[in-house]
Amino acid sequence: MTLLRRNWPWLVALAVLLAFPFLFYDWTRGRHSGFALTLMSEIGVMAIFALSYNMLLGQAGLLSFGHAVLFGLGAYCAAHTVNLVKAGTIWLPTELVPLAGGLGGLFFGFVLGWLVTKQRATAFAMITLGLGELVSAAALMFMGFFGGEGGITIDRVMDTSLLGVRYTSPWQVYCLVLGWAFVAAVLMRLQMQTPLGRMANATRDNFERAQFVGYDPRRVRWMQFTLAGFFAGVGGGLYVMIYEIVTFDTVSAVKSANALLAVYIGGAGAFFGPVLGTIVVVLLQSGVSLLSNAWLLYVGVLFIVMVMYAPVGLAGLIGMHAPLWRTGRLRELLLPYLRALPPALMLFLGFVLLVELTSFTTIGAAQGKRFAIGGQTIDTTSPLPWAIAVAALGVGAFWLRREAHAFRLRWDALMEDAKRQAGAP
Amino acid sequence: MTVPAIELSDVRKNFGATEIIRGVDLGIARGERHAIIGPNGAGKTTLFNLISGRFPISSGSITVNGKSTAGLAPQEINRLGLSRSFQITSIFPRMTVFENIRCGLLWSRGYRYSFWHLLGGQKALNAEADRLLDRLNLGDRRNVQAGLLSYAEQRALEIGITIAGGADIILLDEPTAGMSHSETDAAVELIRGVSEGKTLIMVEHDMSVVFGLADRITVLVYGEVIASDTPAAIRGNAAVQEAYLGTIAA
Amino acid sequence: MEVFVVSLLNGLVYGMLLFMLASGLTLIFSMMGVLNFAHASVYMLGAYFAYTISLYVGFWPALILAPLLCGLIGAAIEMWGLRRVHRHGHVAELLLTFGLALIIEKVVQMTWGLLPVPYRIPELLDFPLFRVYGTQFPAYRAFMLLISALMFGAIWLGLRRTRVGLVIQAALTHPEMASALGHNVPRIFTLVFAAGTALAGLAGVIGGNYQVTEPAMAFTMGPIVFVVVVFGGLGSLTGCFIASIFMGLIQTFAVVFDVSLADLLAQFGIAVTASTPFAEVLNVTLPRIGALLPFLLMVLILVFRPRGLMGTRDT
Repeated sequence: MTLLRRNWPWLVALAVLLAFPFLFYDWTRGRHSGFALTLMSEIGVMAIFALSYNMLLGQAGLLSFGHAVLFGLGAYCAAHTVNLVKAGTIWLPTELVPLAGGLGGLFFGFVLGWLVTKQRATAFAMITLGLGELVSAAALMFMGFFGGEGGITIDRVMDTSLLGVRYTSPWQVYCLVLGWAFVAAVLMRLQMQTPLGRMANATRDNFERAQFVGYDPRRVRWMQFTLAGFFAGVGGGLYVMIYEIVTFDTVSAVKSANALLAVYIGGAGAFFGPVLGTIVVVLLQSGVSLLSNAWLLYVGVLFIVMVMYAPVGLAGLIGMHAPLWRTGRLRELLLPYLRALPPALMLFLGFVLLVELTSFTTIGAAQGKRFAIGGQTIDTTSPLPWAIAVAALGVGAFWLRREAHAFRLRWDALMEDAKRQAGAP
Repeated sequence: MTVPAIELSDVRKNFGATEIIRGVDLGIARGERHAIIGPNGAGKTTLFNLISGRFPISSGSITVNGKSTAGLAPQEINRLGLSRSFQITSIFPRMTVFENIRCGLLWSRGYRYSFWHLLGGQKALNAEADRLLDRLNLGDRRNVQAGLLSYAEQRALEIGITIAGGADIILLDEPTAGMSHSETDAAVELIRGVSEGKTLIMVEHDMSVVFGLADRITVLVYGEVIASDTPAAIRGNAAVQEAYLGTIAA
Repeated sequence: MEVFVVSLLNGLVYGMLLFMLASGLTLIFSMMGVLNFAHASVYMLGAYFAYTISLYVGFWPALILAPLLCGLIGAAIEMWGLRRVHRHGHVAELLLTFGLALIIEKVVQMTWGLLPVPYRIPELLDFPLFRVYGTQFPAYRAFMLLISALMFGAIWLGLRRTRVGLVIQAALTHPEMASALGHNVPRIFTLVFAAGTALAGLAGVIGGNYQVTEPAMAFTMGPIVFVVVVFGGLGSLTGCFIASIFMGLIQTFAVVFDVSLADLLAQFGIAVTASTPFAEVLNVTLPRIGALLPFLLMVLILVFRPRGLMGTRDT
């Protein structure tokens, strides 16, 4: 019972996520929106991936540029497993396919981890980058395991389900993803509180000191890397279940970079930061890429803004408000926020307009697309829209600087008060 | 005869062409509080680094609790029952004070690399960490990030992490460096308390701390031991006075 | 023999191109501890700038102007970006340049389009310089060798003979000492970063028409340059030079030798058939894995010699 009382937010989150697809439910035709479900499944998979990445970056301070290797190899293992089950060679319940991916990730995490954890800091980043390149090139080259460029395809409809579900609909797959994502998230959260998880923090904070309390920091990192490989592999296994195909994309540097972007934008310091970041990145990727060629540019700019101005990530920014929330003075920030909103919006719109204008003059023109806002076609060769964009950008930036300064003062004053109040009792 | 806690014989260390430690022989008996003093650059901290395995020795041999430390990694020497602190505060700055202490406890309590024990449920372990925090006078700072502590608090935490594992040989590298008088007094009391029944070896510049705490004193000058004796004898030793104490008194 | 000489020359050309990129990266890394992820992106910018400039005023002014532009961009990145995130540590700096690499790639796509641009070698140098056993060696490649050799000489002199050069050298081996020398370290950082990116730009100018000027060129070049820098050993320009030439030769020679492990085993009388374990791996020929070799070598050297070929310090 105490377990329930203490951890109710988790269960609430689970319930909300289970109910969420019904917002997009087409009641007239009586079926779920396939797009929304696939998008949410994608978020679920990428969230596991990002959380497992944060086991390295946030928990152990290891900056990897090749985490997708573990994700992708897990996915390949899961795909082969499914094909073996279908061929009748082995028996495995459908629901446990992601576990096969996880074990694959665990295995490769163990083997590759031995290699990469010999190094620290920048050399670790480089060796993971090298491994990522190596594996993605190998994926294109070898037919047997990777299936070359075509990848490995599967048919996820199997007869071995424990629950008697055939996973023919996106809804069933979503439930599978959600279930595994929930279990994986709980396990990763618990892992943080184990001796290994804490020592991973310790080696992140002070590599050498960890040795002098009796631990081999390399071993700690190796084990942490292996476990991260397991969870990445679970994500890979789920990926296969959603898309029924696994190609070299899954091990590529782009995939690795996605995890890094998600974790950093969301915030490596808080457990749910990576999930938040995943939602932002996947929505930008899937949503904005429909509207704009330049989604990666937006993600890149957002990333840089976070690195420069908010290295704590979105979760960290939210967390900074906690002292004000506790002292009940959060609403005093409402006005400063409102005042900063118009210039921020202006800056944002100016930037977007400028990017889109550029994008449509070159790439869009080459693809025969036209730039239209609300049905109104905009001539990208006339100077007017450009002038508007640049003006909005410039004025917005200038105005925001002033408001940001005022905001800063107010914020500092409020925090000072909050600190005094916290210290007073 | 009992095995000495630490025994160094003809230990040498050179960095490139420079010999920093030049043939040190030193035996430290179990239960002794031993201070190593000497002018700057004498190689005191280097000696600590050699004993604790931070650097390999160039020649000679070191035994800890009767076992040779040749080829052992720092963590393996730690597991022989030797623990050290650092001259420049070395803690886990982004973890809480409590977590810092608990990290110091984990290995000796047999948790090793476990990823199946939930630390929240380890009542005995947590109680022990809390008891130690109270002894360090850090009880009310329990949930503060270690990096945010004051300097003296961080030094206390440093000692706490060092002794947490229950090692019977404790090496403290300038535990009171940079402290005010009152802070130093508190630190001396703390060190006296926590080293009860253990072997303590410390490098220290503050002579009042040295003569107040140590049973024996070793004087290291330019990588060589010029005297190793009781405080009273050291005080009266002409060579020491000339090489070291004299310059301080003057 | 014929193949050998031609490959040797081509490998040298490619190696020198790599060195031009890698030397800037090493300087920046050794000095500031920043692994500049955007380094290859600046290389790409150099090629594109040179292309655009050469459309208006020809190749020769572009040879000067494009690197200068790249240097300016580098200085701007250092002053407004890196210096800002410096207090958050090296990881933040690395991530900033990583984000910049993403952005630059996208901006290049948006400015010059997704397809390769027709950036050609200047007519003046568009002739075969000499023949080796019937194979032509283009004059432009000799020109590339000349430029990179000149640049190498200039760096060497700059480091040996100027005050700033001496400070930089000191900082290469003893990074913590640099500020103790009482020099204006931020300005030297900006200078080094600008010089490094200008070098990358120069490499782009002469490499862009040697290879293909396209938005993906940064992405293909970037990892190789990292490999060179890590392989050579951080903080060592000599190691960087050796590694560059080595990687250049390996990649060109790998294309030429059409052998596989299976062939090698056949020499010892072991026949590889379809049923042999790992037959697929054993049957892969060297040209196919040519692009992989640098990464394989990097992984190996980091495992067995963590400091790289001639590294002077830990990473």
